[in-house]
Amino acid sequence: MKFKVFALGLLASAALSLSLAPALANGRVVNLYSSRHYGAIEKPFQKFTAETGIEVRLSQGSPQALLERLRAEGRFSPADLFLAIDAGTLALAASEGLLQPVESEILDKNIPAQFKDPDNQWFSLAIRARTLVYNTDKVKPEELSTYEALVDPKWQGRLCMRPASHIYTISLVGSLIQRLGEEEAEEVVAGWVANNPIYIDSDTRMIENVAAGACDVAVVNHYYLARLRAQNPDSVKNVDIFWVNQGEGEGGVFYNVNAVGVTKSALNVEEAIEFIEYFSSLEGQAPDETGFPGGNHEYPVNPEAEINEFVLQLGQPIFNTSFNLWEYGAFQAPALDLLERVGYSARPS
Amino acid sequence: MARFSVQPFDLSTFKRLSWPALRLDWRGWLERGRAFPWLSALIAALVMAPLALLAAELLTPNLALWEQLWRTILPSMMVNTLMLVIGVGAGTILLGTGTAWLVSAYSFPLRSWFDKLLLLPLAIPTFVMGFVFMALFDYAGPVATWWRQTWGQDFPPIRSIGGAILVMSLVLYPYVYVLARAAFREQSASTVEAARTLGLERGAAFWRLILPLARPQIAAGGVLAMMEALTDYGTVRFYSVPTLSEGIVRVWEVRADRASAIELAGLLMLFALGMMILERALRGRARYYQQGGGVRGQRLVPQPLYGWRAWAATGVCAALLGLAFVLPATQLVAWTIAELSQQTVGGWQQVYLQYVGNSMTLAGLAAGLVLVSALILMQGVRSSVGRARPWGRRLARLANLGYAMPGAIVAVGVLLLLSPLDHAINDLALSLGLRRPGLVLTGTLVGLSYAYVVRFMAVGYQSVESSFEKITPSMEQAARLLGAGRWRRLWRVQVPLLSAGLAAGAVLVFVDVMKELPATLLLRPFGMDTLALWAYFLAAESFWQAAALPSLTILVAGLLPVILLMRVGRT
Repeated sequence: MKFKVFALGLLASAALSLSLAPALANGRVVNLYSSRHYGAIEKPFQKFTAETGIEVRLSQGSPQALLERLRAEGRFSPADLFLAIDAGTLALAASEGLLQPVESEILDKNIPAQFKDPDNQWFSLAIRARTLVYNTDKVKPEELSTYEALVDPKWQGRLCMRPASHIYTISLVGSLIQRLGEEEAEEVVAGWVANNPIYIDSDTRMIENVAAGACDVAVVNHYYLARLRAQNPDSVKNVDIFWVNQGEGEGGVFYNVNAVGVTKSALNVEEAIEFIEYFSSLEGQAPDETGFPGGNHEYPVNPEAEINEFVLQLGQPIFNTSFNLWEYGAFQAPALDLLERVGYSARPS
Repeated sequence: MARFSVQPFDLSTFKRLSWPALRLDWRGWLERGRAFPWLSALIAALVMAPLALLAAELLTPNLALWEQLWRTILPSMMVNTLMLVIGVGAGTILLGTGTAWLVSAYSFPLRSWFDKLLLLPLAIPTFVMGFVFMALFDYAGPVATWWRQTWGQDFPPIRSIGGAILVMSLVLYPYVYVLARAAFREQSASTVEAARTLGLERGAAFWRLILPLARPQIAAGGVLAMMEALTDYGTVRFYSVPTLSEGIVRVWEVRADRASAIELAGLLMLFALGMMILERALRGRARYYQQGGGVRGQRLVPQPLYGWRAWAATGVCAALLGLAFVLPATQLVAWTIAELSQQTVGGWQQVYLQYVGNSMTLAGLAAGLVLVSALILMQGVRSSVGRARPWGRRLARLANLGYAMPGAIVAVGVLLLLSPLDHAINDLALSLGLRRPGLVLTGTLVGLSYAYVVRFMAVGYQSVESSFEKITPSMEQAARLLGAGRWRRLWRVQVPLLSAGLAAGAVLVFVDVMKELPATLLLRPFGMDTLALWAYFLAAESFWQAAALPSLTILVAGLLPVILLMRVGRT
């Protein structure tokens, strides 16, 4: 008798899971692995769905976690698209055969060659630069120059940096290795560590800490300052941006992209390509909150798209274009090893 | 002479929320269920399989890997983990025991209110407390800023191991509080009387007699809090305190180094096992008997406090409750109200209901599955006789191991187990010329529900166990004497009796799943992001205001079991 109760319970649970599994069998959908954070995606995706009738179903996670998931799922992955906030991660996915090439005239027209994979396996949609912000009461811009110069002992206890586990740190250190060579890059990072930076796992909070005076200089992505200025200008009125490595022979500021590729296992290839095409168009690249770059205060990849007003106020720096996006992936592992060797963010600060 | 024992600790002491019950015979119909031992062995095997897979990895350690881990991240991770766990143990014991003694032994203004309200912090997920305190007390936050301007000195840094210990102690102390309070209540007034006739003041009696007698429960509550600290993922991440639990996810994700992650998971399992052994050791010796005064109800009579002492007692309780509940709850409400009108982050209206639905679905599904599995497991234990009996118990205990494991480890174990199956299913389908079915196990609710069952089996099992304990043979006899037949007894007496306890167990699992982060993070299928994940991702991006709405929703759900616990405390 009791058994009947269990059986009923089991049946009910089974029925519940079955009824939930095949969601919306008839509508057009695209399944997206996305490492872009909440807040920057809702409105652009809603507009995309409204325009195309394609529902976006996403699973959120860090770029590395999603890559690892794609690897584990292999050719049976349910993801159609892989969107990462780091070109290196997509380059790795492409080199491991997890993505497929896309031929599209629209994409060829909208996205310049430097912002996409040479084999058309992934395409950039927005550009961000990792540069410095400083407290204007405590630091004169003349004191700042390059990433490398932050090893100066005068920055002892005055820096805020993101921990080693975050892709922002890893890709930046990868670019140092590419530009300076392993040995010199290690000296630079060890020099930062020697200055006892405060490690904070949020760019926004680093900027707030600069404003409050916990540290004087922070290494952050440009759009976080643009966002704070757009939302709450008073909170950051003593913080300004410094475009780093702009001098002759300094290589330019390190930049990264939001890029997206169609997975090899994709079942909704048509919808996936439509997704990329839409977000490369002027509409998808809009400078306001409905656009992919605009909603997050990033630079558009489509040269004809307008730039968001708060981003324009920050200026237009020289990017480090000698480091090709598709080469980023190869420098991830060496960067991680280097960070661990020098003890970057190993202890709580 | 009545003899009563200090209840030994097990999860059920805390998780027991079943209602007082009538009595009837359950053995009769249970023992007829011949299939139960096998069914329950199967369930136990399924629940243990993911963890066993990981444990097997430990048997074949990759020494080169360990050496590399030892040279780089392992030492600091182990030190941080130990410091955190010990610190939280000490913090919760201090706060929990102190307040439990105050409300049990003394009467002071608002005592009966604090008696119940001090349980409230239990409703706040640790990571939510973590980010609220970070927003309030970090260098750039309002408190530290005011402190600097007023005193000209830096406020102690919250994002530190000390901060993490403080935050966790504030939300986890009720584990100790509720057990210590029960222990103090169960001690007969005569213990104190005897101590006093021997010339001990009440305070001295506390230190010399009452505290040592209550030690098993206090320590057990502390161990429970320490397990929570060991398995925490969100707070340590926010506070940049690299622990083992966080390190496993980091190594897996950031380095894509599965081998190291699995080896570390094995190490963490050893930590967790150590805790369980500690807990059992404390329980094993927890047999202090007291000679009661003949009447069980003779409790310690609270001694009235007067003057500044009374207000100091009120002040201490108010300060703790204010810091651990009123402050974070008020802040969340304020942020939510602000967010609803200003909206800092796009489009919560469109996603809120969806995430609520997802959380409810997952939590409901998990609660149902856990309870059904726990019931079957319990039937197996009850119906196993003779030599099989101790084995049934051992099996059940092992099946409860998941509660001491971080969600990430459980998720990794489930992936290790199901991933090859998934690929085999797809290969088979393709070779038969069928359309590929997709990842029917790891890419759907199956994998995630499985992980929840492994992780939270203990919660359901303890609830089932304790609700069975309430049904005694004399209830059965009473019902029979009144002429009730087997069916009538089953439906009119047993089911209602059990269902109340089961409902309580379901609520506990439900809320635990609502708060769960790391397993959900690793295993959720498409479109199944939960309120907890939404809050976590927003908080990780420092969108405090936007993170408040999902956090507050989880908090409200978390109040349910707390209210139940308050009602139990009253009876």
